[in-house]
Order: sequence, then structure tokens, then C-alpha cells
Amino acid sequence: MVSYTAPLDDIRFVLYDLLDYDGRIASLPGFEEAGRDLVDAVIEEGAKFCENELLPLNRSGDEEGCSFENGVVRTPKGFKELYETFCEGGWNGLALSPDHGGQGLPKTLQFVLTELICSTNLSFGMYPGLTHGACNALELHGSEEQKAIFLPNMIHGRWTGTMCLTEPHCGTDLGLIRTKAEPNGDGSYKISGTKIFISAGEHDMSENIVHLVLAKLPDAPEGSKGISLFIVPKVLVKADGSLGPRNGVACGSIEHKMGIKASSTCVMNFDEAEGYLVGEPHTGMAKMFTMMNVARLDVGMQGLGLAETAYQSAAAYAKERLQGRSLAGPQHPDKPADPIIVHPDVRKNLLTMKAYNEGARALAFWVAMAVDIAEKHPDEAARQEADDLVALMTPIIKSFFTDQGFENTNLGVQVFGGHGYIREWGMEQLVRDARIAQIYEGANGIQALDLVGRKLGQNMGRLLRRFFHPVQEFIDEHQTDPQMAEFVAPLAKILSRLQQSTLWIAQQGLKDPEEAGAAATDYLNLFALTALAYMWARMVKVSLAHTNGSGANGEMPEFHEAKLATARFFFQRLLPRSSGLFAAIMAGKAPLMEMKEAAF
Amino acid sequence: MTIASAAVIGAGVMGAGIAAHLANAGVPVLLLDVVPKEGDNRNALAEGAIAKMLKADPAPFMSKRLARLVTPGNVEDDLDKLSQVDWVVEAVIEDPKIKRALYERLEAVRKDGSIVSSNTSTLPLSLLTKDMPARFAGDFLITHFFNPPRYMPLLELVVGPDTRPEVPQTLGAFADQQLGKGVVMCNDTPGFVANRIGTFWLQCAVVETLNRGLTIEEADAVMGRPLGIPKTGVFALLDLVGLDLMPKVDASLAATLAEDDAYQGLRRPFPLLEQMIADGYTGRKGKGGFYRLNKANGARVKEAIDLNTGDYAPAAKASLASVSAARRGGAKALVAHDDKGGQFAWAVMSQTLGYAAALVPEIAGDILAVDRAMRMGYNWKFGPFELLDKLGAADFAERLKAEGRDVPPLLEKAAAADGFYRVQGGRLQYLTVDGSYADVERGEGVLLLSDVKLRSEPLAKNGSASLWDIGDGVVCLEIHTKLNTIDPEVFKIIGKALQIVPKDYKALVVYNEGSHFSAGANLGLAMFAANVGAWPMIEDMVAQGQKTYTALKRAPFPVVSAPSGLALGGGCEILLASDAVQAHAESYVGLVEAGVGVVPAWGGCKELLSRLARDPRRPKGPMPPVAKAFETIGMAQVAKSAFEAKEMGFLRGEDHVTFNRERLLADAKKKALSLVEGYAPPEPMELTLPGPSGKASLAFALRDLYAKGLATDHDMVVAGELADVLTGGDDADLTEPLSEDTVLKMEREAFMRLVRTPGTLARVEHTLETGKPLRN
Repeated sequence: MVSYTAPLDDIRFVLYDLLDYDGRIASLPGFEEAGRDLVDAVIEEGAKFCENELLPLNRSGDEEGCSFENGVVRTPKGFKELYETFCEGGWNGLALSPDHGGQGLPKTLQFVLTELICSTNLSFGMYPGLTHGACNALELHGSEEQKAIFLPNMIHGRWTGTMCLTEPHCGTDLGLIRTKAEPNGDGSYKISGTKIFISAGEHDMSENIVHLVLAKLPDAPEGSKGISLFIVPKVLVKADGSLGPRNGVACGSIEHKMGIKASSTCVMNFDEAEGYLVGEPHTGMAKMFTMMNVARLDVGMQGLGLAETAYQSAAAYAKERLQGRSLAGPQHPDKPADPIIVHPDVRKNLLTMKAYNEGARALAFWVAMAVDIAEKHPDEAARQEADDLVALMTPIIKSFFTDQGFENTNLGVQVFGGHGYIREWGMEQLVRDARIAQIYEGANGIQALDLVGRKLGQNMGRLLRRFFHPVQEFIDEHQTDPQMAEFVAPLAKILSRLQQSTLWIAQQGLKDPEEAGAAATDYLNLFALTALAYMWARMVKVSLAHTNGSGANGEMPEFHEAKLATARFFFQRLLPRSSGLFAAIMAGKAPLMEMKEAAF
Repeated sequence: MTIASAAVIGAGVMGAGIAAHLANAGVPVLLLDVVPKEGDNRNALAEGAIAKMLKADPAPFMSKRLARLVTPGNVEDDLDKLSQVDWVVEAVIEDPKIKRALYERLEAVRKDGSIVSSNTSTLPLSLLTKDMPARFAGDFLITHFFNPPRYMPLLELVVGPDTRPEVPQTLGAFADQQLGKGVVMCNDTPGFVANRIGTFWLQCAVVETLNRGLTIEEADAVMGRPLGIPKTGVFALLDLVGLDLMPKVDASLAATLAEDDAYQGLRRPFPLLEQMIADGYTGRKGKGGFYRLNKANGARVKEAIDLNTGDYAPAAKASLASVSAARRGGAKALVAHDDKGGQFAWAVMSQTLGYAAALVPEIAGDILAVDRAMRMGYNWKFGPFELLDKLGAADFAERLKAEGRDVPPLLEKAAAADGFYRVQGGRLQYLTVDGSYADVERGEGVLLLSDVKLRSEPLAKNGSASLWDIGDGVVCLEIHTKLNTIDPEVFKIIGKALQIVPKDYKALVVYNEGSHFSAGANLGLAMFAANVGAWPMIEDMVAQGQKTYTALKRAPFPVVSAPSGLALGGGCEILLASDAVQAHAESYVGLVEAGVGVVPAWGGCKELLSRLARDPRRPKGPMPPVAKAFETIGMAQVAKSAFEAKEMGFLRGEDHVTFNRERLLADAKKKALSLVEGYAPPEPMELTLPGPSGKASLAFALRDLYAKGLATDHDMVVAGELADVLTGGDDADLTEPLSEDTVLKMEREAFMRLVRTPGTLARVEHTLETGKPLRN
């Protein structure tokens, strides 16, 4: 079994010492109650719940998977009870609107909880995760009546949610969807069509499932401008709020897949199902993006969560597994062999995981706080700035974190050797579970296109300002600090490369969109490395203050010394990867596009 | 025979506008109208017209001072003054009786050899000259200006069988060279050339819109940009010219055209239009037209009429696949598309272009005249025959045949040969009516870069600019970016010019044939650099610009800039760095950097200061030029003609003005060659600036503006930096003149401080997104 303890020290370090949670989030209107005491209590409780309840069902859920019979989907043993405990604990509505029964805590806390859930049982996390996305969309776009009927039950968790986008012939290009919505004349619509790959589309854990469905009205314009969003409940809701008859929606089958086996992935058939239009006709695409943007950040956290578990398990194993001797001579002559952690290459694997994970955690919570600021800050300009940052970083977090999730779980298997490859230790499950995150909610290639095609040019590059200016200011502020020099110099170097490649893409992309497309993925990764370098440099600044001298600054010296050591590894051994990315970007599209199609 | 003075009779919109434009050309002009029945002022109509024009925007006068050249009068008291003038333009009401009666009166007073013309747009010349004395018929022609006369380049000339050959020659040359008009000789047929085709096109588009049930937004989206036609399309154009004009033009054409003319078949009642006119919805001059601006509830909502119901609803952006297809595939993709937009486009253009093809040589001698008339009179980017070539003459004829429609003989010929135009041996040729090709001849004194490009390769070229050999040892620097903005690639080509010209050539002309000389620095690029915090890169762009412009100024050969359209910011600074400017009269010049929250930093502050200080006609002393430059740059003032640019100091008094756009390059080249002999680059100069005391007085004025609410918060920041640069900074002193480099350094530093401020970034972003300045 994997080893996992919620990394609460690091989470607190990032929230409080690095990102000033008290000053920036607890001070926002509506979060007066959400001070450090409450936050600590919530994350400690959450950690316990995840470690004690979610983790034990992770492997059994994987082994057993979901089953489908006569239109009914059964989740693995124990899931239904676990879900009930989860809802009763109020975890489902942690950061959702108090107007409809949520706890109204900062979204930042939801990010923390999401990481813990994904570390311990990603498949389980899919169900409340999808419900969140649907709740967010309804909170923003639903009518008061729709909110009153659906939100309290969904926020509680009694009803779960889905997003029904993909159809057999279209996923990325939703302009092509065929699902139809015919007006009934009474304000409701008849929805007909088939949706596939619907996570949590059908299961046995909740009494109702609220599908948010993209469909086309009879007079819809062509393409993505003609898509509308509908609410289609599995069980119709009567005027008094009680459940009525089954609606015309049913699960046709479930997918047999590589990972997240305890999460049901369904084919959903809509046969003149009753549906309700959300907002104006033909505006579904934009509304779906509200859901998708939240979901994309969530998926990024999945990558991080799995990678954290992989790291902890591999580190524990490397310290215990005795095999061979250190290249520098026996380190534990009393034992038959040295633990494998003495080997540079094993350390490289472990440090790679650790450095990416801790950098990613800092970056994720920085953006998470921006989500809260964008919603709650009293000053409009501050809200806009925060919103810009979230929009800019969303594709980066989704794509880079999930790529790292796969790479790091894979490194975890490597540290375990043959024991990682067999099922017993749970390491191979992490790899399989991590793989989907690179694909769903917009494949990572699409994220890169979103970054270069949409986010870069938005408002004449204004979004970029929210990242580049703070980084530049940090560099200006610390470049004469001798202790910071070894970190600030490489940060300045990678930032200047990112600046150059941004301008290059902006210029080339205007003339030839294929150039931007060819650079996209490498550029996204270069951007992510720069962002991590920035977070690492900031963490160094904090840890240096804690390790300089003793006394008041001397709390948890080992933690901060480890931070500094990990930071040095990041700057000296991982950041140089940026040189390759930069060279690849500047090589342009020719090496990709010149070969004739027939030669493939 | 020359035209040194003129008279315009009829002070309506057209007459007054023609008089103003004659004044623009420096010709003294008498403007006469009838004596009003009421009031004591017998010249009230002409005087009122002049006063109105002085307030109008866009302005009929190129400078308010030019209004002095127009002398108002009336046809009762001042008719005898016509004996002094070389040309009398009649622009009275379109009534042959009234016109002929007037002709008889002026025939009695005008001098021998003077020219008389009518600005009629609907009456045939034959009717106006019928039974008139031989002297009159010999000196008479039609000069058909387009509205507004200053801005519309087309002038149609129609002569009769008795008109003396010298008359159109003299007047044509005068209109071409001094008024800057594109003269098109037309036959004496109804509507002449532009309106004959233009009215057919409009009528046809309206009818097809109604028949096919398109919305007006859809019709305008199709019948505009995708075809190289102004975005006003059909219905917004009718709003612009006035809805009440349409039935009049229609009636007049219908009455004068042959019964079997294709136009007659297009006519059909349009009750909604009649109702709209009756209700005062005559277009922009009235309560609104097909579109109107609904200002209810404090909002300004653009509304469009529903052709079926006559009700207004907020204008919707047309969404047509054919229009999207045209963005990539041009007009050809538009008419080939099978959605309602594509079918509409084909229906209208197949009839209109076919009509045009059938009218040569009936209305004009060749296709060139027709294409020029539609380009210059209707602002079409391509004339009908150029459009036919874009659609493919052979394909077009084929499709007509397939649809069982007639193919005009000229189109048959084009389809069987190389189209209406072709390039042969580096020369542009056109299809003549006999089916052979002839060279397109440019007149004496006309040189087009587009012709140079057909016959030669550039001396140097990159994505932003090129160098061309335009003969006689002169090189032309052409910028060809979007809006001809300036970026580091342009600097590279200027650097190339600085190498090439001294070796093998004598002089450099900066010129292009885009709509605008240059809208300034490429802000998009700068904005991106600012957004990613690439401050050194921005500073480098500023420094490179300073270096390049200084090198241009100090080059060992003459540099002449020839602007037309916008020359703003960095574009204006090129003019300021040139030895001379040959300006198109329609040049719009300004240092508008403050509008986007920065100061001119490619030498603009420095050069404007020195221009103002050295101008002998301006007040002496160190402060007046500083105060004037502060006002001009600080308020981002733009000169709206070459003459205003002189008044504001952007151009030198001795810089020349060219009225005809097609003559600009030849004039600039001539000017450059005239500077070659004994050329010595300007010596480095010193600037005497007042320092802190001067800055204090500017700051005082500025505070006053702020207190009155005339300056915004960020204006104060920008103006503060500008004041610093213009007064020489804290260490400046009247006794210690500053070098050019010192002032350039101050420009650069002020620019860099400003570009980092959120206020400036917000201005740049807003301007790039909306095209409008942000007042923050």
C-alpha cells in the first residue's frame, strides 16, 4: 500500500508564510470567520478524513471498479457509505455559496482539500468534483428558480452533477454537436441525443443526478455560436421539490478504461428528456467555460495530488529498501546493504518529484487565492487583475501539473523497481489514474493552444502583465541580495527567455498562426518552469529568514533547510530544462510542418 | 489659358464646398447666391454658407485662414465682377430653366475665353447648351464634383460637340494639378459614369435585399468590406447621402435613360422608403434612416430597421458563412458561396458588373475611366473591371452563360483573352474596346510606386518595409505594415538605405501608397513588451528609433518625406527628421503620444522645439516655443491638413504641398533631386531651454487646467514628464544650451518612466482595442 500523510506543514508554509493568507484572503469581505484557526482546523480534519476514509478504499475501488447491469451503475464496495459520510461532514459544500447551504469558505481551502482528496482517492473525488463544476455554473448562470430547486441538494451532495459535452463524433470541437433541444411550449425542452465519456453520469451514491447538457435549439446558428446549456435531471423534480418520475435519460453503458476505475464513465442517452434552458439561447459555450475553467484547475490539482502520494511512497521505500552499496562506500556497514536512497540517481528521482510538487503547490495556491480575490475583493481593479491571473495560469496549471503528475508517478514506480510494476504496492495505479488527467477537460495540447491562441493576445496581452510584472519586481527587489543571488540570477535568465519567446510568438503568430501552434506546448512548459522558479525563489526568501540565526526565526529548521536544498536542486538540476524548451520554440514550425503527410 | 480666379454661383452644400476647395488651392473665388427675400443682408446666403463651413467637421477648408480667399456676394449686385474671373462654376438648383436663365445673364458680363461649367449631376449638357450662343457653347462644359468636394477625389468632365478643345484641357490640368482631382472624361449620357453605375448598384442591392428577405445588417455586411466597398455598404450609404435623394435620382435616371436600359427593369415601388421620408427619416441629416441612434435612457444604441415591419431593433451583427469565407478567399469566395449572403452578392454583382461592362464605350472611352470613377467617386477599392478580374472574367462569363444570361461583348473579349488588365513586360495594360491591350499611361508628373513594383525588384525588403529604385538616382523607402506603423524591422530597412544610397544613389524619398503615411510606432509590439515587463527591450526600441532617426537626419544625402493621410507619432517624427517634406494636402500630422500616455521619444520633442524656436514668424524668446510645443504635444493636437501642419510647426514654411495624391511621389522625387547639388547635412544643433523656472510656469498652467476639470489624473503625470523634457529638466539654464543628445536622453528617460505606469498601460491597451483614446 502507498504511504501518505497529508503534507500539512508544507500547506501551512505556503498559505501563511509564503502567500500571506491572513492578509490577503481572511481580510476579504465574507471571509471574516475564515481565519487561521478555522483554516487549520478544517485542513487537519480534512487530512484525517482523507487519510482514514478515502485512502483505504483507493486500491479496493481500483480492483473492483464500477459495474453496469440493466442500466444501473454500481460503485465499488464502501463508496456509497463513504460518500454519505463525506456529505454529512459538510465537505461537499465547503466553498460553495452559503445562500444555498454551502459553508462559503474561501476557494483556496477547496484547492487544499482537492489536493488531499486526489492524493488519497481520485476516483472518489470525481463525483463531488463534477458536482462542484455544475454548482458553479448554476450559481453564475441559473435563474433564481433553478438555483432554489437544484442548488441546495447539489451543495449538500444529496444530488450530484455532471457536464455532458462530448458526443461520439466530437469532443474538442463542440461546434459539431448533434444533441437537439425542442421547445415543449411550456418553457421546458425535449432533449434528445447521445453523450459519451460522462463522468459520474450514472451511479448509486445519490438519489438524483443533475446533468448539464449542451444541445442545439431548432433555430441555432452553425458552430459553437449555436450551443445552448440545459439542466436535465435524472429524476424529475416536482413543484414541491420532491422527486417525481424518472426522466428520459439513461446510461447505455460504461467504459472499461486504464485508470480511475471506480469513477463511472458513462454513455448517456437522452430520449426526449425534459430539460430547462440555462440563461439565454445560444450562449451555452461561454457558460460551459465557467464550468470548464474551474474544472481545469481541479484537474491540475489531480496531477499534483497523485504526484505527492507517489513521492511520499517512493521516499519511504527508498529509505527502507536495502540493496547494494553506496558508490562512496558502505554507509550502513551494520546492515547487509545500504538503503537505495544513497544513490545519486534515486535521489534525482525523488528530488525531481519533491521539487516539482512543492513548486506546483505554491503556484496552485497562489492562483487559488487569486480565484478568491477575483470574487470577493472590494476593488474592481484588484478583482480584474486577479481574474486575469487565473485566466492566464489555468491552462498552465492544467497541462503542466498533469504532465508532471504522470511523470512523477512514473518516477515513483521507477524507485520501487519491480515492486512498483506489480499491483501490490499501489504504485502502478497512480500512473494509470494520472494518465487521464492529461487528456480530459481539454487535452494538454489544447491547453497550450488556449495559452498562445487566446490568453496571450487577450486585451493586447494584458493578462501577461499579472504574471510578468510581479516576477520582474521580485527580481529587481532582490537582485542585490547576496544570499538570493544564486536563485535570482537563474530566475532573471529564464524570465528573459520567456519574455523573448512571448514576443516572438506574438509577432510570428500574427503573421502565421501555425508558428504559434508549433511553439505552444514548449512555450507552456517554459512558462510553467518560470512560474515554478518564481515560486521557488519566493519560498527561498521565506526559508532564508527562518534559517538565518536562531531564536524567533528558528522554528522547524529542518523543514526550511530541506526547502533550501530542494530549491537548489530545482534551480541547478531542473531549471536548465528551460534551455531546451527555449531552443525548440525558437526553431519555429518548419521542422514540424515540412515533412509530407504521406511520409508519416 | 490659366485659371487664376474663379466664381461659384450657388452657395448650397456643393457650391460652397467647391468654393472652399478652390480657396484651399489658393485661388481667390467669388461665391454668389440670390438675394434673400427677408433681411437686410443681401449676401446672407453666401456669408452664411462660409460661416457654416468654418464650423463644419470634416472641415471644407484646409485652414481657417483660407476662408479669406472666398468673397461672398449676390447675383444682383456682384454679377459684373464675373468679368474678372477665369472660371465660373454654376451650382444652382437642378432646373434647366433657371440654369439657362443664369447662363444668359452671365454671358453678358463674363470675359472672352473664360470657362463656364455646371456642376449638374442629372442634366445632359446638350440640354443646357441648346440654342445658346456659340461663344457660350464653346466655353462650356460640365464639371461634376462629388460631395464633399474637398475630400472626394473624383471630378467628372463632360464636353459637348461645340466645346473648344482647350477648355477641358485647361480645366482638366487645373483640376488635376491644383485641385488634386482625379479627372475622368465622360460622355454626355445620363448619370455620367459613377452615378450611372453607382445608382444601378444601389437600386439593384436594395431590390435584391427586399426580394431575398435579408436584413439590412446582412446586406451591408455582404455589400461592403468583402467586395472592397466601404463598410457603409448599401443602407448605411443611403443614410449618409440622404434617403430623399434616392427617389429623385431614380426619377431623373428613369426619365432620361432609354426604355430598354437594364436599369428600368430594376425599378419597383418601395413604400417603406416613401413612408420614412415622409416621417422625416431622411438619413443622418434627419431623424435617422435605415439605421438610427436611439439615445433613450441615456444609452446610445444603434438600431436597424426591419424592412418588413418598419420597426427598429438594436442592430445585430450579421453572421454569414459567406462573409467569413470572404475574409480568407476574398470576393471570389463570397460570390461562390451558396448561403443567402453569397447568393445575394452574386445576384447584385453579376447584374452591376455586367451592366458596367455593357456601358463601355457608351458612357466613357475605356474601362480605365469607369474604374477610376468608381474608385474615386464611390470609394470602391476596386473598380468594376478590377473586380471582374478578381472574380475571374472567364469564370464570371461562364456562370452568366450557365444561368442563361447575356454576356456583354466586352466581357466576352476579356474572358477569351487575359482579363481586363494584365501585366506585360513589367507594364500594366488594359483591354481596349476593340479587344486589344494598351499600356495604362500615367500623365506627365505622375509616378506610382505600384508601377515601379511591376517592373523591378526591391533593393531591400523585409516584412515591414522595402527600398525601391524610382529612377534618376532616387531611392524610395516604403513602409508596408498595418497602418504603416513603425517597428524594429522598419529601422533595419532605414539602416539599409543609409548604406545603399550613399554608394549608388543620390537621395531618399520616404513614401508609400497605403491610406496612411504612418500611424506611428507599433504600439501592439510595445504593449506586449510592456506586459511581459521587457523594459530593456522597450528602451532598446526607443534608443534604436532615436539612433535611426538621427542617422536619417545626418545622412550625407537629402531625405524627403512625402506623407498622405495620417502621419502621427513616430510617423510625424520621420517628417521632423527629414530635410524637406513634400506633403499631400490631405495629410494629418501630429505628435499624439500623450494620448497613449507617453512623450514623443524618437526626437519629436527636440525637433518640434527647434522648429518653433527657429521660425522667424513666431514670438522670440526661450519660453514661447516651449509653451507652444507643450500645448501641441500635451494636448495631442493633430493638424488636419498640410496647411495646418505648417501652422503648427510640424512642417516648415518652405515645405511644398501636392494636391493630387498621384503626383506626390514625382513631386517628392523632384524636390529630393533639387537638394542634391551642394547638399550638406544639417549641423548638430543646440537647444536653449528655460529649466525649472519654465517648468514652474507650465506646471502653473497645468494645475489650472486640472482645477477646471480639463486635465485628468494621468494627464497630469504625462504632462509633468513632458514639461520636464521641454524645459530641459532641473539642471537646464538659459545660459547653457543643451545638446541634441541630452534632450534625446531626457525624452527616452521620460518615456521609460511613463511606460511603466498603470495609467499609461491602460491607455495603450484601450487605444489598441478601441482605436479611441482613454481619458484616465
